Amino acid sequence: MTEERHDVVLTVNGTAHPVRVPGRRLLSDALRHDLGLTGTHVGCEHGVCGACTVLVDGRPVRSCLMFAVSAQDSEITTVEGLTGSDGSLGPVQQAFLECHGLQCGFCTPGFLTTITAGLRDNPSPTHEEARDMVAGNLCRCTGYQNIVKAVERAAELARDGAPRVHPADPPEPESGQLAYEERDDDNASTGLGG
Amino acid sequence: MTTKLMGQAVQRVEDQRFLRGQGRYVDDVALGTATLHAAVLRSPHAHARIVDIDVSEVLDVEGVHAVWTYDDLEGPMAEPLPLLIPHPALTHGRTQYALANGEVNYVGEAVAFVVADDRYVAEDAVDRIRVDYELLPPVVGIPAARAAERLVHDDVPGNVGARLEQNVGDARAAIAAAPHRLALDLTVERSACQPMEGRGTVARWDPDLNRLQAWTSTQTSTGVRAAIAVKLGLDLGQVDVITPDVGGGFGVKINHPWPEELLVPLAAKTLGRTVKFTEDRREHFISTAHERGQEQHIEVGFDDDGRLLGLDVEFWHDHGAYTPYGLIVPIITSTQLLGPYKPRSYRVVFESLYTNTVMVTPYRGAGRPQGCYAMERTMDAIASYLGKDRAEVRAANFIQPDEFPYDHGLVFQDGRELEYDSGDYPASLEKLKTLVGWDEFPQFRAEMAAQGRRVGIGLACYVEGTGVGPYEGAHVHIETSGKVKVATGLTTQGQGHATVFAQLVADELGVRFEDVEVVTGDTRRMPYAVGTFASRAAVMSGSAIHLAAKRAKEKVLKIAADALEVDEKDLQIADGVVSVKGAPPDSVGASIDLGTVSVLSNPLRYAFDEASKAATQFQVGDPGKPPVAEDDEPGLEGRDFYSPERATFASGMHAVIVETDPETAEISILKYAVVHDCGNLINPMIVEGQIHGGVAQGVGGALYERMAYDESGQLLNASFMDFLMPYVTEVPDGIDIDHVETPSPLNPLGIKGAGEAGVIPSAAVFAAAIEDAEGIPITAMPISPSDLFALRRSVGQARDQSDAKERP
Amino acid sequence: MKPAPFAYRRPGSLADAVAALAGDAGAKVLAGGQSLVPLLSMRLAAPSMLVDINAIPGLDTITADDIGVTVGALARHADVLASDDVRRVQPLVPMALSRVAHATIRNRGTTVGSLVHADAAAEMPVVLTLLGGSLEVVGPSGSRTVPAHELYVGPLECCLHHDEIAVSAFFPALAPGAGVAFDEIARRHGDYALVGAAALVDGDSVKVGYLSVADVPTVVDLSGVPDDRLGDVALEHLDPADDVHATADYRAQLVRVLTARVVRSAREGTR
Repeated sequence: MTEERHDVVLTVNGTAHPVRVPGRRLLSDALRHDLGLTGTHVGCEHGVCGACTVLVDGRPVRSCLMFAVSAQDSEITTVEGLTGSDGSLGPVQQAFLECHGLQCGFCTPGFLTTITAGLRDNPSPTHEEARDMVAGNLCRCTGYQNIVKAVERAAELARDGAPRVHPADPPEPESGQLAYEERDDDNASTGLGG
Repeated sequence: MTTKLMGQAVQRVEDQRFLRGQGRYVDDVALGTATLHAAVLRSPHAHARIVDIDVSEVLDVEGVHAVWTYDDLEGPMAEPLPLLIPHPALTHGRTQYALANGEVNYVGEAVAFVVADDRYVAEDAVDRIRVDYELLPPVVGIPAARAAERLVHDDVPGNVGARLEQNVGDARAAIAAAPHRLALDLTVERSACQPMEGRGTVARWDPDLNRLQAWTSTQTSTGVRAAIAVKLGLDLGQVDVITPDVGGGFGVKINHPWPEELLVPLAAKTLGRTVKFTEDRREHFISTAHERGQEQHIEVGFDDDGRLLGLDVEFWHDHGAYTPYGLIVPIITSTQLLGPYKPRSYRVVFESLYTNTVMVTPYRGAGRPQGCYAMERTMDAIASYLGKDRAEVRAANFIQPDEFPYDHGLVFQDGRELEYDSGDYPASLEKLKTLVGWDEFPQFRAEMAAQGRRVGIGLACYVEGTGVGPYEGAHVHIETSGKVKVATGLTTQGQGHATVFAQLVADELGVRFEDVEVVTGDTRRMPYAVGTFASRAAVMSGSAIHLAAKRAKEKVLKIAADALEVDEKDLQIADGVVSVKGAPPDSVGASIDLGTVSVLSNPLRYAFDEASKAATQFQVGDPGKPPVAEDDEPGLEGRDFYSPERATFASGMHAVIVETDPETAEISILKYAVVHDCGNLINPMIVEGQIHGGVAQGVGGALYERMAYDESGQLLNASFMDFLMPYVTEVPDGIDIDHVETPSPLNPLGIKGAGEAGVIPSAAVFAAAIEDAEGIPITAMPISPSDLFALRRSVGQARDQSDAKERP
Repeated sequence: MKPAPFAYRRPGSLADAVAALAGDAGAKVLAGGQSLVPLLSMRLAAPSMLVDINAIPGLDTITADDIGVTVGALARHADVLASDDVRRVQPLVPMALSRVAHATIRNRGTTVGSLVHADAAAEMPVVLTLLGGSLEVVGPSGSRTVPAHELYVGPLECCLHHDEIAVSAFFPALAPGAGVAFDEIARRHGDYALVGAAALVDGDSVKVGYLSVADVPTVVDLSGVPDDRLGDVALEHLDPADDVHATADYRAQLVRVLTARVVRSAREGTR
């Protein structure tokens, strides 16, 4: 028996992509395999790890917990859509670079999309709010320390409208290339009983 | 002048692609409908004989291309998978088949392999395979394995795969004669690496080139390449293995070949199509290795100052159903257990036991966390017995800075002597005490107690043999553009190798960091390599790259000296330009850039580009000799290998302050402090990142993660819902880190490995802190609030009973 | 981990949705899918048809008035949680919603879907039961109102017929002078609770609802029970069990601790 397929138009990062998929095709698989947008990663396929998080109509959603056919009326943003039209890194991406907020990079796209939406809704998070913003995503490499720093740094970059590094510009070893050092240590660590 | 990059927190070059969603992991390779997808039928039973497999319904499924069972395998593919690291003590080593041959020994063992148009259809087909099993009684857990009332393998008596004993002096006699003696029983449960990306393999047979190309998510490309060649009956030269970006390894991807790493290439060659296998999370839980499960019995004799006089350790290691990775994990426990201490006499014996569970291979730390737990809890017990400060007892046992190199008289995992190269343990301890507030803690405890809150502090020390051999190599190629292409054969899983190795090359060659590009894990670029494990990449490949860059530099200077008609000694290289020392910057004929030197290195000088034209102004070589001298080669390259005598020993100490809730037994972390010594730092940002990640994994292992097998061998928590990897909410908010740097004398950079360190002391340090808070011995890890509550109950009942007895 | 095949329908009206369900005994409703899709991907459920109700207009409403809060079938947890009107009328709803999984799940998951999924470890079924709310259900023969106390008939089982669709849930308003509280303890932040408790205190009436300690959402009337006996009395009506995360004994302890906490907190928070 041939499986029924559905014609769907997926609007991803502002571009409409017509695809023909079975009802059961997960949005994560459609993005990766049908559209070739492999920046969205699949870590657990049961909605716990958050690696597959994309923005659906601006809100973070697990793409492994949605069917592609259900996404036909939505605007989807993936990690590929967080980069400026000139190829520059967005503020969250830039902050992850500066703060060493990633190691193997597999969970990273889910964090980037989640934080992008989080900072849009709350541009000046407290330290606790910054932690809370990433509380639904698993990372096995970083121990989250630098991810939280990156949330705070991204908020700073977005607020200041800090200049973005153009990808064509090689990083400068002497200056800009050195890792971001936290400027105040109010939030750096919990003291005794803090 | 180029800034020296060694020791600097240089931002990572690989992040540019990762942050844009342009990383290339195995499942990102070979997109498109031409690629076929595999799924595996796995055993639902822990122990059973396979009576019959009926695949007749499978090929009726539209979109299915092929199905394999054991009976379809031929030649070397029908033989058991390799036992990678044999050992004389492993008298009963067993490995599985690529597909089960008549018997299954764990839930998850591969039974059949289906290839279809996509993974969905492949899973539909798997569901249609009918297998008749005759159930056999399973052996689950160390007590059942030791009891040996049932056997995992009929021909392995007592379920004992190996028994190994090492002795230094007569520990039993020393303990018997010691003024004080103690005994401890400690258990650690199973956990697992759980990288965010599971395993995955893609293979393509190229009939035009008569070659097989495979991409696999591994920690050793060269190992997988050799395995594929042997198992498929191909020449090594016909097989290329490429390890693209890897979404975490933590040890589990060093074991190889996994069945799918052979079945995918087999299917690709048989079907003439590109075939992909991407492991899902449930498969990762039930078919990819675990680690940590051990029961340990320690007896110790010591003097009035707490100094060890004799240490006698017996432990039982649960290695699961098979032993593909030999005895590496228990051997590391048995040797690395000693940490920074002098035991004076030591006996260690272990049995490595079969159970009907997923096999065990190294997980970050690889036996060290268990060893550290044994030794450090022993130190705590001694301190408690003598009423002494726990730090003081440790200090009394430290190997002193002037005692290096220090030979323990044992054989390490690499078959070499266990000889520590350098360290300064007293300095580390002092730093740790300051960092965590060790001396101020009693006051803090009193303040908290006044508020009805319970806190405890623990510390733990470890020494980690890193950078084990046998070798790694590197190739450095300076192109005519002046760009430097570097290849090393080991693989990378997020450690930032492309960055740190480029730092080393930039420093040695005097080129700009951004002009260096590093490739890892591609057997086409570097066919001789070992792999990324045992915190060895920086030490091994870092040293090899440094040496290869040195060779390239020698050639640069030779050619440049010839071209500039000066002595090599008078030349310097900075920012990719060779110049005469002391010459004014603009002086004509006093400098030459590396690209031009590269042009000059090749006598065949077609003028393709400006660099080639520019080179025509220089004259090199002796017109009276062949264009390529006898001891020379064309091209500007350096290639070298680094092979150390033995491992280099990093060390560290962790301390934690925890709070336990008097009502709910919830355990929270108030402060976590780390002092770390990995010799000279190449990139402190990356080293600290490694420590952060290790600590978080350690928190998971100590407080959250366990493999919950039931009596029938079913893994009850095979999902991220129930296997509790920490989120940000479960890790310390801030990790205080300080460094001690005792350079290694064993390699040219003075470095030691850093990858695994963060996870090693976790079980020990948390058990110590919780015990300190609660006043109850903590002997089984991990520990959950429910476990702690049960302990309180049992201790409370025991106390009530003894109170009742004492009453008249 | 890929779902088995199913027919997919995306009706534009409630009538079409009901008709689609009625036409296939193996059909199931897809709303937020945050509980259903993992079950499908693990092939623990394999419906022959999914009827996706996300394209049906008018189901995403959230209204709050003096009588109570009405939440439409497509209202996402996140929207209900963010509603100031809901918070004002029945604060227990956002108290509990803030503990439902993680924010990303709440963005897609629906409150009504969670109620119908009938998981005794979930927050919202207990809240609906404690407050005496109800579910508005539409089927081939029209609509009906199912009171919460009739809704949950067994583990993961509610009394809706297979061809019925829950279109909205009604949570009664918090009465003047009454107080509510919610608390739970989970292994990790965002996990299913080991035990959770919701309290409703109104004058001498003290009721506490529990999750994860019985097969179905369970409310215990603790009116008149002395404070130091609250948890123990509640436990007479509950059936805490062992699992991989906690023993029954530990869960019983959490019942005692949480009961005392939520009752105290509800009293302190009375209007």
